[in-house]
Amino acid sequence: MNKTLETRLHDSLVEIIRKTSAELPDDVFKAIEEGRQAEQAGSSAAYAMNIICDNVDIAKRKSQPLCQDTGTVLFYIHFPMKTDYEKLQKLIKKAVVTATKKGYLRQNSVDSITGKNSGNNIGPGAPVIHAEPWKKDHFEIKLMLKGGGCENVGAQYSLPDSRVGAGRDLKGVEKCILDAVQNAQGKGCGPGILGVAVGGDRGTGYSASKEQFLRKLGDRNRNPELSALEERITREANELGIGPMGFGGKTTLLATKITALNRVPASFFVSVSYMCWAFRRQGAKVSNKGEIQKWLY
Amino acid sequence: MAVLEREGGAIQLTAPFTEEKVRSLKVGDMVEITGLLLTGRDAVHKWLHDGNEPSVKEVDLKNSIIYHCGPVMMKKGKNWVATAAGPTTSIREEPYQAGIIEKFGLKAVIGKGGMGEKTREACQKFGCVYLHAVGGAAQVLAERIRAVEGVYGLETFGSPEAIWKLRVEKFPVVVTIDAHGNSLHKEVEASSSSKLGEIVGKIGK
Ligand code: SF4
Repeated sequence: MNKTLETRLHDSLVEIIRKTSAELPDDVFKAIEEGRQAEQAGSSAAYAMNIICDNVDIAKRKSQPLCQDTGTVLFYIHFPMKTDYEKLQKLIKKAVVTATKKGYLRQNSVDSITGKNSGNNIGPGAPVIHAEPWKKDHFEIKLMLKGGGCENVGAQYSLPDSRVGAGRDLKGVEKCILDAVQNAQGKGCGPGILGVAVGGDRGTGYSASKEQFLRKLGDRNRNPELSALEERITREANELGIGPMGFGGKTTLLATKITALNRVPASFFVSVSYMCWAFRRQGAKVSNKGEIQKWLY
Repeated sequence: MAVLEREGGAIQLTAPFTEEKVRSLKVGDMVEITGLLLTGRDAVHKWLHDGNEPSVKEVDLKNSIIYHCGPVMMKKGKNWVATAAGPTTSIREEPYQAGIIEKFGLKAVIGKGGMGEKTREACQKFGCVYLHAVGGAAQVLAERIRAVEGVYGLETFGSPEAIWKLRVEKFPVVVTIDAHGNSLHKEVEASSSSKLGEIVGKIGK
């Protein structure tokens, strides 16, 4: 990489972080707006949804973090084959440090043994970088900022699970997911969005469940069975009446996204990741000269 | 019963609250607070529970409102400004809260996610309410903070954990535990749990 490319790529990465932290993607805002309209005027659920919408406006206008917890920083990247990957990794970290200095990210990364905050969001496992080369000659850089409160209410089930009455089939999967929604109430800042992976091992299951958040909320699952399950779960969760913040109301979930991974015969995991309303993800097509060409969400 | 003034559906309350006003609130009420709040989170709750209290009279917990919040503060010239000030999860303070409500006669506790049985009972007994702020609404809530009037324990506890004295205007919250023994959290949990039972029954084996 030459110096100009490095500088441009760094600046583009910082801009992606800024936009992700301060602006809700259109597909998410649309779902929130629909949720707001579904709530009865004058109810505390509508009150909460109105405050959420105001918050989205102010954050965008001021270019300030939507929520003070700027979360775990997760990159999902495709890069041209000829890219120097080590350099790219360094640039990503440098951009995270810059974004922290500029206040787009809070100092949010703590050494798990000593309790010391690194102050710049860099440390073992931070930021999280998933990167793969591809044959195209541009970069695709996606970013997710996942808050701690909603991460804490994620859950993994090993089927069969007698506590929730779940056997090793799609009905069992459905029961686990609804159980996770019930347990998340009042925590994790709902209305929420679910990412689910059926199968895999414990690690790949959680990873894949999180990657579901890269899908647009309005898209359709290509697997008709999973597509139907996604819609059913969102509908059933909203019938629970948990509502925004757990105040009671119609909007408990904005969407459910499910994928399936192969599993070994002995295991059957259902991994559920929960995303709060402050659903921060963005992405950009970045040219091989390091310039942002197009926003992806 | 106190007469509650409303504006756009939200009850307007000026802090400090009188016990009469506190007792007239019920779960589900939307409230906008104008007046003083004191922030306090994990370190402060443990410290207060251990029998300590602020040694300066500018920061007085008596009859006050505690806000579970670790704000992001920036110094602009001589003054502090809150750039983000959303609520943090309250349940972590459950072991301490009831004792602190009793000792200082707290009139309200603000946070998110609700609190447990001990706090609910203390609210009923001592005339206090739990007010739920909208989680994640860091920007709206920061805008409603009109001035930072002081801080206690900045050195001891660090910025997010210190007791910040915040003057707020129309700070929006919802009553989720009232002074009559009601908890919206308990109610919603019970109704959603029975609904879940129905749905699971329909899914079948
Ligand atoms: S769960 Fe989401 S909205 Fe709530 S505090 Fe955490 S990051 Fe913010």
